[in-house]
Amino acid sequence: MDTFIAFLIPGLFTGAAYAIAASGLVLTYTTTRVFNIAHGAFGMVLSFVFWDLTIRQGLNVVLSLFLVLFVIAPLIGFIMQRLITRGLGNAPVGVSLVVTVGMFVGLIGFAQQYWPEDRIEPEAPRFVPPFWLTFADGDGVPGWQVAGTSITGLQLITILSSIVVAVGLYLLLNKTRIGTAMRASVDNPELLRLFGGKPDNAAALAWMIGMSLAALTGILLVSVVGLDYFGLTLLVVNAYAAAMVGRLKSLPMTFAGAMGIGVFESLAIGYSTDSPLLSTVRPAIVPIFLFAVIVLAPQAQLRIGQVKGMVSAPVPSIPRMGIAGAATLLVAALFVTTASDVRLLQLGTAATYAIVMLSLVLLTGYGGHVSLAQLSFAGVGALTYAKLDEPNLSGLVMATLVAAGVGALVALPVLRLTGLYLALATLAFAVIMEKVVFKSPDLGFGSGGAVEVERLSILGYRFESTGAYVFLMVAFMVAIGMGVLVVRRGVVGRMLIAMRDSPAACGTLGLDMRWFRVGLFASSAGIAGLAGALVAGLRRLTGEADFIFFNSLPLLLLAVVFGITSVTGAVLGGVGLMLLPVLQAETVNVLGSDVKLGGLMFMVIGIGAVLAARDPNGLSNYLFRFGRFLERRLRARIVAGLPQLTTPDGLAADGLTDGRTDGGADETAVHEPAPTGVPLGKVVSDGAPARG
Amino acid sequence: MSVPILEVCDLTAAYGRIEVLRGVNLSVPKGAVMALLGPNGAGKSTLVQCIAGQKEHTGGDIHLAGVNVHRAAPEDLARIGLCTVPEGRSVFPNLTVEENLQLMSYAGVPAAAVLETAFSYFPRLLERRKQLAGTMSGGEQQMLAMSRALASDPALLLLDELSMGLAPLIVEELYDTVAQIAESGVSILCIEQFARTALRVSDYAAVMSGGRIVASGEPAEVLETMSDVILGGAA
Amino acid sequence: MPLLEVDDVVVQFGGVTAVNHASFEAEAGRITGLIGPNGAGKTTCFNVISGLQRPTKGAVRFNGRTVTRTPVHRRSRQGMGRTFQRLEAFGSLSVRDNVRVALDIHRGFRGIIKPSASDIDGLLERVGIRSYADDRADAIPTGTARLLELARCLAGAPKLLLLDEPSSGLDETETDDFGDLLEDLAAEGMGILMVEHDMDLVMNVCDTIRVLDFGEVIAVGDPSMIRSDPKVQKAYLGYSDVDVDKEPVA
Repeated sequence: MDTFIAFLIPGLFTGAAYAIAASGLVLTYTTTRVFNIAHGAFGMVLSFVFWDLTIRQGLNVVLSLFLVLFVIAPLIGFIMQRLITRGLGNAPVGVSLVVTVGMFVGLIGFAQQYWPEDRIEPEAPRFVPPFWLTFADGDGVPGWQVAGTSITGLQLITILSSIVVAVGLYLLLNKTRIGTAMRASVDNPELLRLFGGKPDNAAALAWMIGMSLAALTGILLVSVVGLDYFGLTLLVVNAYAAAMVGRLKSLPMTFAGAMGIGVFESLAIGYSTDSPLLSTVRPAIVPIFLFAVIVLAPQAQLRIGQVKGMVSAPVPSIPRMGIAGAATLLVAALFVTTASDVRLLQLGTAATYAIVMLSLVLLTGYGGHVSLAQLSFAGVGALTYAKLDEPNLSGLVMATLVAAGVGALVALPVLRLTGLYLALATLAFAVIMEKVVFKSPDLGFGSGGAVEVERLSILGYRFESTGAYVFLMVAFMVAIGMGVLVVRRGVVGRMLIAMRDSPAACGTLGLDMRWFRVGLFASSAGIAGLAGALVAGLRRLTGEADFIFFNSLPLLLLAVVFGITSVTGAVLGGVGLMLLPVLQAETVNVLGSDVKLGGLMFMVIGIGAVLAARDPNGLSNYLFRFGRFLERRLRARIVAGLPQLTTPDGLAADGLTDGRTDGGADETAVHEPAPTGVPLGKVVSDGAPARG
Repeated sequence: MSVPILEVCDLTAAYGRIEVLRGVNLSVPKGAVMALLGPNGAGKSTLVQCIAGQKEHTGGDIHLAGVNVHRAAPEDLARIGLCTVPEGRSVFPNLTVEENLQLMSYAGVPAAAVLETAFSYFPRLLERRKQLAGTMSGGEQQMLAMSRALASDPALLLLDELSMGLAPLIVEELYDTVAQIAESGVSILCIEQFARTALRVSDYAAVMSGGRIVASGEPAEVLETMSDVILGGAA
Repeated sequence: MPLLEVDDVVVQFGGVTAVNHASFEAEAGRITGLIGPNGAGKTTCFNVISGLQRPTKGAVRFNGRTVTRTPVHRRSRQGMGRTFQRLEAFGSLSVRDNVRVALDIHRGFRGIIKPSASDIDGLLERVGIRSYADDRADAIPTGTARLLELARCLAGAPKLLLLDEPSSGLDETETDDFGDLLEDLAAEGMGILMVEHDMDLVMNVCDTIRVLDFGEVIAVGDPSMIRSDPKVQKAYLGYSDVDVDKEPVA
């Protein structure tokens, strides 16, 4: 019994912290329909702010607490609502997810940049002492003795805070007019305006309170977890599960769920020391729980009544695609024969990322579903390839198929659900893979371990040299890129877009969308798995560190920034993501002081994604427009200046100024020479400016 | 003659390229009840949305008590005395009756007074004060919606299809309430498909079709035009 | 046996009854009009028939089979096609591709192997929107988009067409052409059930009219019967004890 209580008390403590976090999440979601993936990241940043104020600036703790909870956090919440999330509630769930994932990554980047880990400040230790550290009962252990175990001041404060939050929110929502208006704006914001209420203010208030609650969670947990960019952020992911128990709307259920999760987790940790199975599964208890809660969520109704074209879709013709692909291969061939091994590895990595992003083009760009676990699927591919130890095509095919099968398994249970739930299911899956499967010595790579992998041989030819292997990877990338485009041009691609535009119409036309969705998810996971298998061969060594959950997020964001509806965007995004760690290591001289680019890059990507999310065609779209502009200008000049020019010119350069549609009117015989010197990354294009 | 409470001049509005209002002219004198009739798709609800500030018009003017209200937000109009009861059930289904009534105090009358007025007019709401509005019958929900018109003492009341989907007896009851509100001197613009019911309480009537006002005048003379427009006089 | 039977269907949202014990049928080769004032429950009936809404009570039988619990796509495969009151065209695709998708879906795996070609323009021609074939579907007028939805349905060669306010957004000549098209389709043996507010169109083309009011079918008959039915006039013009000199046109 005493051990039970000894486990129960820390459980109540974490449960209370989850409850505070989850109630903030639910509050913002119900009033604005934006699920804030970055809730934990905000908590992390605000706990850093608290540390900065108290330890670095030496401000009084109570004053700092007041400043963070009641001034800074609400201010950030207000700004977020006004500048970023306004109008996002009506956007497709993919857009609002990407925006908050962008904030997530951007905030981590900001924290890394502003409070770098390696900055040495002897007067400001990176540590926040727990509140109310008392040895009142004089036994040398902090806190008080209760039933043979001790309860610390911090634990008591946290549990009390959660009660205060619960009561406070109840009173606000049920006993005040603004709180009632908040609930009313969930039902019908337009009607609320006719009543004379201001739904925008209700939304702002919800975000302000939500942010304060995130800050409170961060500050309560920071003395336990430590000032850790990821630890604090991801801990709040556990609060998602609690929010799901409340179906993202019921606060009492959310509180109960949070307490339940906290206690259950704590008991599991406490009692699992004797059981090897339990101790393996232990870190994944909450994600597994999250997954289960999502599966049990009620069926979503099809939305009826909107004509909106999300995808702007002219795709290149097959000859044009072929030319661009061949040009890419040519450039790659030249590159691999001349470049150093370091550069080769970089190119190989870029190709890997590009392939994973191609899987996102299919899933997110065309299909409209967001996956937060694409690198985990790549990990499954790598793991299969490594464990099979068959360095040939059949090994590669098996890796792809296993990853596809796992993708289908993730999508199957959440078939009835859409958007947000599917994305959160992938998140839970990614965490489970990272914490349990990849770490497992039997099933996965082993904790912190790595597995040796042999390079591929095809039809007896072994791609032993790095150059040859990288060329093979580029060839795979080109092939998959073309494959994705062929799908897009064909029956399946049209159906994907139709499903994205109007699921209700697809249903009444006789399409069984559930299996289509599983197929889509499986293909996308399969492509990612293939990329994983290829990169494992490239490095000859692969481990869990290559496929950690967090890295799926910048990957998704870069894909969005560069244009998730086009193959060109994916290829450029791949190069960009590869360059990220390279640039991160660099320092630049700004105004006389060295600035490390580390966190800055995350910040740029995050902000870029927040801005880009509303236009899924991304940066590559500007490139296409620029290309078309150049094409028009140059053609005019050429036609005017060189009327004698009749022969087509510059086949390889053709890929540089594309963006024409296959059905387009540009069927002139004059091909203009385009500027050269653009590296790999212009395969084909299929994104034109969106009209809708 | 005093300034009309509502004056709409040559109003046009469109959804994308499709023009819905093609030059509407309408004037509601202070203290009068005007019925606006017409078939589905005539543009009646769009007109209400324009007046209430929910939809921006593309041309023409709307004057409320002589003031041009172009680009005013609906919540601001609501706070200066325009009470709009939109079509459909204009209550918050997941709030209790009492909470619905509390929100009506945004228009300026204190919540306690709103509650008192509402419960004295509709004792059934008092019985159900703790019930979620969405679980009441359609007629009861419409009573709740009418409470806002009753209690908030508006300068102009816009009623859009009050009778939609309701049994005839309940519609009659609701229009009794409309008549009571009218007696207290409130100006009302009442959009209705059910011509006779609405005409019973109105001083003037207008018929809308194809985005224009096609007839207006005394209730009795308008009714004949109305039946032609609605049931198809041609065949 | 009628093609479609709606048997005592009740739909409740919360405490509100949207459809109240509605029973009616539609027959092959005939055009049935479903009319009634706003909020009478017509679109909800359509959602129940096509499977987008589960009824609280009652049954739907189609082509001799009970389909009350059959998923949407399977009903479509059994020969049900519908259009939407609030448009559901595929906005990112061209008008032609909208129809192409419908054909592909209809053909299933055969379609994936052998894409469809020539029938598309024929379908667009038939509904009279051939000239819009290359426009994006989110950039065409409402009336045209409704015809596009019809063309999309026809791609599946349905036995029963459910049309939800198909003529709104069409001008007079377009409406006349549309009426002719409906009569042709019915002559080919298709059953058509249509919710419509344009009374001229309804009176001209419908063989049978059913009047729905506050969720109940209050009158059934051919156009002339409906026109003179006092209950219908009441439903549309309102109930009142006020003395009105003239009765509406009968």
